[in-house]
Amino acid sequence: MTTTRGSLLAGLLWTSPWWLGFLLLLAGPMALSLYISFCDYPLLQPPVLIGADNYRQLAGDPVFHNTVANTIVYAALAIPLGTVLAILLAVLLNQHVRGRAFFRACIFVPTVVPLVAAGVVWMWLLNPEYGPVNQGLRAAGQLGLPALDALPVGLESRLDWLRELLSGPLWLESPRWAMLALVLVSLWFVGSPVVIYLAGLQEIPAELYEAAELDGASALRRFRHVTLPGLSPVILFNVIIGIITAWQVFALPYVMWRTRPGPARATYFYTMYLFDNAFNYLKMGYASAMAWIQLLIILALTGLVFLVSRRMVHYRGL
Amino acid sequence: MHVRPRRIAIYVLLTVAAAAFLLPLLWMLCVSLKPTPEVLQPHFLPRAPTLVPYRDAIRSESFDFLLYARNTLIIVTLSLIGMVLSSAIAAYGFARIAFPGRGIMFTICLATMMIPFPVIMVPTYMIFKYLGWIGTFLPLWVPAWFGSAFNIFLLRQFFLGIPRELEESAMLDGCSRWGCFWRIMLPLSRPALAVVALFHVLTVWNDLLGPLIYLSHQDQFTLALGLQFLQSRSGDTPWNQLMAAATLIILPVLALFVLAQRSFIRGVATTGLKG
Repeated sequence: MTTTRGSLLAGLLWTSPWWLGFLLLLAGPMALSLYISFCDYPLLQPPVLIGADNYRQLAGDPVFHNTVANTIVYAALAIPLGTVLAILLAVLLNQHVRGRAFFRACIFVPTVVPLVAAGVVWMWLLNPEYGPVNQGLRAAGQLGLPALDALPVGLESRLDWLRELLSGPLWLESPRWAMLALVLVSLWFVGSPVVIYLAGLQEIPAELYEAAELDGASALRRFRHVTLPGLSPVILFNVIIGIITAWQVFALPYVMWRTRPGPARATYFYTMYLFDNAFNYLKMGYASAMAWIQLLIILALTGLVFLVSRRMVHYRGL
Repeated sequence: MHVRPRRIAIYVLLTVAAAAFLLPLLWMLCVSLKPTPEVLQPHFLPRAPTLVPYRDAIRSESFDFLLYARNTLIIVTLSLIGMVLSSAIAAYGFARIAFPGRGIMFTICLATMMIPFPVIMVPTYMIFKYLGWIGTFLPLWVPAWFGSAFNIFLLRQFFLGIPRELEESAMLDGCSRWGCFWRIMLPLSRPALAVVALFHVLTVWNDLLGPLIYLSHQDQFTLALGLQFLQSRSGDTPWNQLMAAATLIILPVLALFVLAQRSFIRGVATTGLKG
């Protein structure tokens, strides 16, 4: 009995940084924000209970709908593209090549670049008039555009996006291309998933590949039936991280669109609207309601991904 | 013999990928070294390289590099000590002390990793405002002294891999729990502690949202916030100066990466696999 009590005391003492932080910086604030979310609280006056009004107002707020839709579109583009690119790069790096550490470092380097600095750099790269991206595209357009003109009219009109791309789009200033620009920049940060996938690839036993090869499986079939199942837990992990990150997207669009909220509000995201409500419009109650909805959305999406992936994820040795 | 074209293809693809990831940084460097009249010209390498943009970036009144660097370093140092120490202590508790309720507490700890910062941004602001901490560095480093769920998890996993016998024999020789932790666990855990420290430095160095919310005066700005501020009024800031400022902010973390590349890669790889 005394030893249990002694161990409880020792355990609580050692873990105190965590549980104190949990109570003071997480559970307490979350309870507070739940209460505030049912209040009208303009920060300078004390909060007044107004029931579920904030939530009701959010349901009819077109800007809120807009930011939810933008965040979903961004996640739906950035997560699949990022996953495919990361797996491709990891598979390339996993070949027995010389200088693997060097190539891996090159791909990983952007992930240590501060988002603010990355935003500034990409603003320049994507500058419609002088940026290198459009210079390259226009150079390609010199060859590509005449070829487009030669296409039959019906087909050619369906490729007007390609024509715009090859003439150098307005990128950040265009409602059509702004979101794609941000997705492009997000792909520059694909380094950590690449490293994680690479480590995952190295955990797949070589015997599985040898057996598949003996059975006459082609490289593509080996990828489909050995590599992908072997990587599936890692893919699940990265997709969940991707979802959580997507709902927090803030710094890059905040820096890159000086005239927020972007062209036709195309790059106005959930966390940015939450931030504006809290710290620019001082609508603390409204912002708190948004925070709780954000948490519920993330939990629901994560749960959904877990459920859907149950049959697809292959845990070795379980 | 038929293997060769495949090898060549792999090298070509890898070289293209490596170049694509590095080019943005090289471009930044080249623009930062161009004299103003050259900035809008399309050539890649500066014809008459100059350090004037750096001089302007360091001394201009809208961007005080040395002051912002000092502010950032203060916050990084104060929060780093707390983060590493507190996370290690809590992780040791979870790894080595069998106490009632440990399982459920650790599960809660893991679950809190799912909660993103924006969710608690408003109430923590209110609490810090109540404490009178807005406009000081305190909200940016004090919370680190409570550790982070992620780092506690990472260090606990590492501690579990260290054989118990070392501590048991030390305790037979009269070593205290704290002595075991301080003289046996910590020295043996240097690689894991390095990973925690590295990622923490990066996080703080790169953080925009925290400084944006809590800092109010320009002479308290961190580098990230300072660059955002410079950029937000860049109608009158030339590109070469912006790129010089960006380069100055990136260089220290880049140097850190080059020096500690192995720790970085190992850290990312293990956190991803065990998560």
